[in-house]
Amino acid sequence: MSELPGDLLYTNDHEWLRREDDGSVTIGITGHAATSLGDLVYVELPEVGQDVELGGEMAVVESVKAASDVYAPVAGSVAAVNEELADDPEKINADPYGDGWIVRMKIEGLDESELMSPDAYQQLLDELDD
Amino acid sequence: MSELIFEKSRGGRRAFAQAPVDAGATSIPEQLLREDKPRLPEASELQTVRHFTRLSQKNFSIDTQFYPLGSCTMKYNPRACNALALLPEFAGRHPLAPVSHGQGFLSCMYELQEMLKHVTGMQGVSLTPMAGAQGELAGVAMIKAYHDARGHTERNEIIVPDAAHGTNPATATMCGCVVKEIPTGPDGDVDMAALEAVLGPNTAGIMLTNPSTLGVFERHIKDIADMVHDAGGLLYYDGANLNAILGKVRPGDMDFDVIHMNLHKTFSTPHGGGGPGSGAVGVNTRLLPYLPIPVVKKTEVDGAAVFDWAAEEDIPETIGRLSGFMGNAGVLLRAYVYMRMLGRDGMERVAEYATLNANYLMAKLRDAGFELAFPERRASHEFIVTLKHEAKEMHLTAMDVAKALLDRNFHAPTTYFPLLVPECLLIEPTETESKETLDNFVAAMIGIVKAAREDGVDYKEAPYKMPVRRLDDVKAARELDLRYDPE
Repeated sequence: MSELPGDLLYTNDHEWLRREDDGSVTIGITGHAATSLGDLVYVELPEVGQDVELGGEMAVVESVKAASDVYAPVAGSVAAVNEELADDPEKINADPYGDGWIVRMKIEGLDESELMSPDAYQQLLDELDD
Repeated sequence: MSELIFEKSRGGRRAFAQAPVDAGATSIPEQLLREDKPRLPEASELQTVRHFTRLSQKNFSIDTQFYPLGSCTMKYNPRACNALALLPEFAGRHPLAPVSHGQGFLSCMYELQEMLKHVTGMQGVSLTPMAGAQGELAGVAMIKAYHDARGHTERNEIIVPDAAHGTNPATATMCGCVVKEIPTGPDGDVDMAALEAVLGPNTAGIMLTNPSTLGVFERHIKDIADMVHDAGGLLYYDGANLNAILGKVRPGDMDFDVIHMNLHKTFSTPHGGGGPGSGAVGVNTRLLPYLPIPVVKKTEVDGAAVFDWAAEEDIPETIGRLSGFMGNAGVLLRAYVYMRMLGRDGMERVAEYATLNANYLMAKLRDAGFELAFPERRASHEFIVTLKHEAKEMHLTAMDVAKALLDRNFHAPTTYFPLLVPECLLIEPTETESKETLDNFVAAMIGIVKAAREDGVDYKEAPYKMPVRRLDDVKAARELDLRYDPE
């Protein structure tokens, strides 16, 4: 398993979250999630401006194996979506933490206690590997 | 790849057996008539016969190969079912013929309803749903109708375990409900604390498969039923795995309120190509008023039994009509013959041998070094092998093994389902396989892994001996193109 970016926060559902300078957050799925799903063939994105509640279904990623919901790791409203994924869902496999980002959200505040540090997430992955 | 029938076409060739009937004058308005001839293939009768016979020979089928496709119950379909369902009196019966001309057919349908009630412990059965998914839809629609009739329109949450078939959450959503997913515990049973946490005043019901898709019997089923009922919800039984408990445990006795049965799996009619299926539903007294129509009813006239359709006036609160006549009548007839042939004792033997075969196969594979997903649990009728170590150690994935099995003349088990087990094969041998077949399958599994480990055999391109090689399923999904374009 390649190294996890150190500047991100992670969730139990194998999503990552980056705090941007303007106070918004960018969200995607982790390399582990992308590898487990296999080659992605379709991504369903939310509408820009849509309000999303914590834990609500925000997007759907579909691979040749399965379709999987992406849950909102934080409540807020959708500020931008990665529209390139519509034509190139494989960007998530190729670069899950970069070009494969899924949604950017405007948020009120971030409760980091519900999220994991890179070390804590790495530990979760190690446990899954046993 | 073989040529398409279109590529064999030569102008002027005809096949008498397949010749179109001259329809003569039609009432289609002039402006709607096509101007160009349709591009249909022109081939001789013998060419056509050979073409389709060759195609059929390229198929894997239950008639030619072991087909241990988990959660699909691909068992033998006795020829007698086929022969009797194809009797000209059945096959030639017009669906709009007066009921007085179809008493034989209707009595079979009535008896099938009664036998299904008996074997599942339910109080009413409707045979009308034409597939498992439609049976599910009918089931949850009845749960919704039950709550709505009591003014509980706020009850719109359907609880679905994460091991469920994907159709369960899809069904709940189609019925306008919100899906509440609950996790599975490490032993394969439902996480009871998680269930407790999601139950509440909005609970409409829970959808459970028992034995579950993990191939284990849910041991807390009575507690689950009590908890859901106490919360005001109802229980839906997904009948995908009914084969494992046939005649042994009845969903009605487990306190399920509504069930669907895949007659095309459990009661042995050919399936696997997308249909035709039959998703008959059964209900207890709570949901009797909402059964979908048509249902066959029995009355007495001058001491003799007379069968007729029960329609909307008989079941005024019905969720409605789900098929024009009587579901897939041919599938229903096959299921009827199958049940009549087996009888009560035979049905128990179905469950016993399905379970025995699964546990035999599971023990053999475990002893051969394959890792089981739930090693401490008894298999019901299917079980899960995980290849996560093989995948890590030598990049041998579940998909590679599945494809390699094809080269050894076995249909692949279900791969990558259920999703919560990594690199998994879901294996269901069914009751109709011999010990020799099971042993040969184990030998093939051992041979595949051994060849990869010791000889470095690479299965990334497997199958190597099939008419088509490894398909690019990513490309097929991303750039699907099914058009035939000769230019």
